[in-house]
Amino acid sequence: MTERPIVGWMVRVIVFVAALAVAAPAPAALVTAPQQAPAGQSEFVPIDELPPAEQLPAAPLLIAAYAVVWVVLLAYVWSLWRRLGVVEKELADVARRIESGQRRA
Amino acid sequence: MSNKTFLAVLVVAMLLFAVAPLMIAWAPYEATMGLVQKIFYFHVPAAMAMFVSAFVCGIASALYLFKRNVRADRWAIAAAELVALFGLVVLISGPLWARKAWGVWWQWDARLTSTLVLWMIFLGYLLLRRYGGPGSDKLSAGMALFGMANVPFVYISVNIWRTVHPTTNVVMTLSPGMRGAFWWCVAAFMLLYVLALAARARLEDQRARLEELYLALDDDLA
Amino acid sequence: MNTFFSTAFLVMKKDLTIEVRSREILYTTLFFAVSCVLVFAFSFVRDGRPLEDAAAGILWIAIAFSGTLALGRTFERERHGETLRALMMAPADRPAIYVGKLLGVLAVMATVEAIVVPLVGLMFQAPILARPLLLVALLVTGTFGFAAVGTLFAAMLVRARSRDVLLPVLLYPITVPVIIAGVRGTAALFQADVDEPMARAWIGMLLFFDAVFVTLALWTFEPVMTE
Repeated sequence: MTERPIVGWMVRVIVFVAALAVAAPAPAALVTAPQQAPAGQSEFVPIDELPPAEQLPAAPLLIAAYAVVWVVLLAYVWSLWRRLGVVEKELADVARRIESGQRRA
Repeated sequence: MSNKTFLAVLVVAMLLFAVAPLMIAWAPYEATMGLVQKIFYFHVPAAMAMFVSAFVCGIASALYLFKRNVRADRWAIAAAELVALFGLVVLISGPLWARKAWGVWWQWDARLTSTLVLWMIFLGYLLLRRYGGPGSDKLSAGMALFGMANVPFVYISVNIWRTVHPTTNVVMTLSPGMRGAFWWCVAAFMLLYVLALAARARLEDQRARLEELYLALDDDLA
Repeated sequence: MNTFFSTAFLVMKKDLTIEVRSREILYTTLFFAVSCVLVFAFSFVRDGRPLEDAAAGILWIAIAFSGTLALGRTFERERHGETLRALMMAPADRPAIYVGKLLGVLAVMATVEAIVVPLVGLMFQAPILARPLLLVALLVTGTFGFAAVGTLFAAMLVRARSRDVLLPVLLYPITVPVIIAGVRGTAALFQADVDEPMARAWIGMLLFFDAVFVTLALWTFEPVMTE
């Protein structure tokens, strides 16, 4: 295995940075090009009361979102628990087998 | 992470999650999006956990690939699985919010597309580990490096291109009422992330120990 | 530096010599690319004629799919002849081997694209000669980015199980940005009112991706390929 001097790494980093510097104006150019999508919000404006038209249709979506989050997280925790249990049981098994093997020897 | 630390952090995390719904309910509504905006309090922290995990996986993979640190590889697997998990949360809660806020379930704008791509890269990582056979540990480590390089791109995509997705400025300029609930949820998710990462890495450690024991058993019998 | 490039060229020459003699990869990849274009042309049909707006997308899909095939076949040949181990054992800079393989793949894809692009122009009445230099720049930078990642992954997967299905599974998510940039840039060139600044911007984007991908690939090729 040949020793790679530090210079080799530095050259690579310099080339990488140079390439980035050359190509970096590209995204800026894309911004000036005409875009069709409406601008994303840049600030959330708070209000204290909901206008009456807004209330019901959003609720199922909101509840569904939170339910999904909880279900996914809990399912993962359960899956971890189960997998850990399987491995620990097997570990105990194998440890016992080794022990009995050693006792016989 | 010792068992005691794990339990302590777990208790704190559960407390945070228990109080979170209250904080979210107390937070003011948003002017244009109303009730459905409250998905924000889970959607964004999950996205932050996803990005952090992608970085952890990338760094752990680099350690494994360049420094031959085997323990790092186990953290990498754990982190990759969590990218998939939190990514799933982001990609389901997002469209549910979008349906009301934008009128469509999905848009092929820069942020959504790049997030989906990031998620799929780490799903590819997991598929490779599962079905790639021996040697797939190194290959997936290489893959994770590409995934990690993707993260900054995903983050700044909303700032460079005009997308329908809110920009990153939103989090910086939250009103006080929203700020409290939001950072509370961020703390809760980050703690949950750390716990899940430690637990999943522990599972890999135990599997590795099992492998070693099986080898020792074979030696004994031989 | 000198040995790096001479090694790379040697590897490329070896691949191209074999290819020129058998032409197996070239013919099969070319035929597959043409079939792709036909299948998609028939899928996107209105009033018996293919949709003209679909030209850019179909072109890049054909490049991506046939490119994946070429990548797989290139390394399959190494695996079959068991020459990969010989390559790895050679006292050569690993990244140079990577570059050599990459150049070989690029040569095949360039030949395929030289035929597929006029075909797409013909079938979709796409103005491929409107801005030929920009179109070539798009194709070169896009194909380069795709092949750079593809060569790394195809080499990585040579000894893995399920390698045929894993290559597209791993390759496509990572090269999505390249494909997007390629399609959007090409569409900007094919539209009636040619949008040159847009095409240039996407070429810049592709250069950025190429730089990132090649750097990452060069860094990871050696540790990933060692046992």
